[in-house]
Amino acid sequence: MLLIHCPYCEEDRSELEFRWAGEAHIARPENIAAISDEEFAEFFFLRNNEKGLTYERWRHIHGCGRFFNAARDTVSDRFLMTYKAGMPKQPIPVMEKAVAIAEEKTVETWEATEGDAR
Amino acid sequence: MGMALPKTDPIVAGEQGEMRRYSVFAIAREAMRAHRGWEAQWTSPEPRSSYDVIIVGAGGHGLGAAYYLAKEHGITNIAVIEKGWLGGGNTGRNTTIIRSNYLYEESMDIYEHSLKLWEGLSQDLNYNTMYSPRGVMMLSHNTHDQQSFKRHINANTLYGIDNEWLTPEQAKAFVPVLDISKTARYPINGAALQRRGGTARHDAVAWGYARAASDRGVHIIQNCEVTGIRRGPNGEVQGVETSKGFIGAKKVGVSAAGHSSVVMEMAGVRVPLHSNPLQALVSEPLKPIFPCVVMSNTVHAYISQSDKGELVIGAGTDQYNSYSQTGGLQIITHTLDAICELFPIFRRVKMMRQWGGITDNTPDRSPIQGVTPVPGLFVNCGWGTGGFKATPGSANLFAYLIAKGEPHRLAAGLTLDRFRTGRLIDEAAAAAVAH
Repeated sequence: MLLIHCPYCEEDRSELEFRWAGEAHIARPENIAAISDEEFAEFFFLRNNEKGLTYERWRHIHGCGRFFNAARDTVSDRFLMTYKAGMPKQPIPVMEKAVAIAEEKTVETWEATEGDAR
Repeated sequence: MGMALPKTDPIVAGEQGEMRRYSVFAIAREAMRAHRGWEAQWTSPEPRSSYDVIIVGAGGHGLGAAYYLAKEHGITNIAVIEKGWLGGGNTGRNTTIIRSNYLYEESMDIYEHSLKLWEGLSQDLNYNTMYSPRGVMMLSHNTHDQQSFKRHINANTLYGIDNEWLTPEQAKAFVPVLDISKTARYPINGAALQRRGGTARHDAVAWGYARAASDRGVHIIQNCEVTGIRRGPNGEVQGVETSKGFIGAKKVGVSAAGHSSVVMEMAGVRVPLHSNPLQALVSEPLKPIFPCVVMSNTVHAYISQSDKGELVIGAGTDQYNSYSQTGGLQIITHTLDAICELFPIFRRVKMMRQWGGITDNTPDRSPIQGVTPVPGLFVNCGWGTGGFKATPGSANLFAYLIAKGEPHRLAAGLTLDRFRTGRLIDEAAAAAVAH
């Protein structure tokens, strides 16, 4: 189970209080009626699904109820940062260091010991 | 999860058609000489510089596609490239449930095609895949479930696929350990039963396809990771970069399950997938007590008993994208809570092992199989939490797609283009949960 820091409550809380809400920083087109089918599919369906650093939205649904953004490593599941909704995408200067720390603490899965994360 | 170690016997199968068949006579012969004559089931060659077709991913779907390309389309100059060991991904991590009682015609077409292939697969491959049509029962807990299942049953019946409604008493007669009391935590108001559904031995499916493909000259290259897809001046596929160097091919089929997004991104193609962990666990072995497969989509519990006697239990997916092959403890706790409520007799059974796999889920929870914007690149992905049952059918139709360059009639609706046209196959809404 994940331990997630809500940037509004400023507390680390259990994943049970949160709802994952998809990729972050996707802006709805302002001229939605005018865009092409390709552009709509891009906006509505296509996602990065990164292996590694991902930016995503979470909602503290059983807490303050607010949406916020997070940067997380999808190989170790470690949260690198959470920040308030509306803020621009935050750079992760310590990504490599953070992932290295996370790897030390990751349980021994095939992914962790044999795969890309090695 | 076991793995067949290639034996170091001097008798190695040749390029093509020299495989010794398995039979009762072969068993008797080997019994006479202390089992010293068994051959390696497949060869492990070094890659050639180029092939006619490269398939990325040696799971059941990828190995099967290579087998059907060789068997039905006469293409044998094929490499199946696998970054780990064959069958070590979701093929070796699922709960082996086989059924075809889906709602929409596009789904029924491909899953029923697959079920029909399951019925003859052991004979076709000369390999015991242990397909067991013991019945798949889906529990209904409320009015919504009942309406949904009866709609499925009607759709299936009209399409010629068996699926029938059981009262709670009939369900208990089929599975005596089921708690159908009115005061149960998850009361049961009926069930849908597909008698032709069941299970098969997942490892044997991968090994059987690998052996039969290798016998026809297919190269299975394990421990070789694809790191890039090389494209020519017109954007067409020229081959793949791997940890063993560049390997050329004009046709590349990607069958990489949870890593499909990662591989397709190498060719600049985005696919509408989310990779989520899905967990399963098995109990200590018990005497035969559980006669079929029981699924409860509403409470996310899936259970059957293996021939070794272990209860095989499947859980739901985690909510977030992840490639960690682990999953959260609260997910399996929830599933075991439900199993103990549905089958109180199992409350003191010990669980022995737990593991996770990475499932590739589409927005409509239906697979993607088809051409891509890149000439020569084909994709087979999005099987999500239910890809095992589709293994023979998916592989068979993926082989057709790669050979002909266009989808078979039975897979014509599964294209990547449906997310542009809006012609979704919305099994997600039909089942109301991941399935």
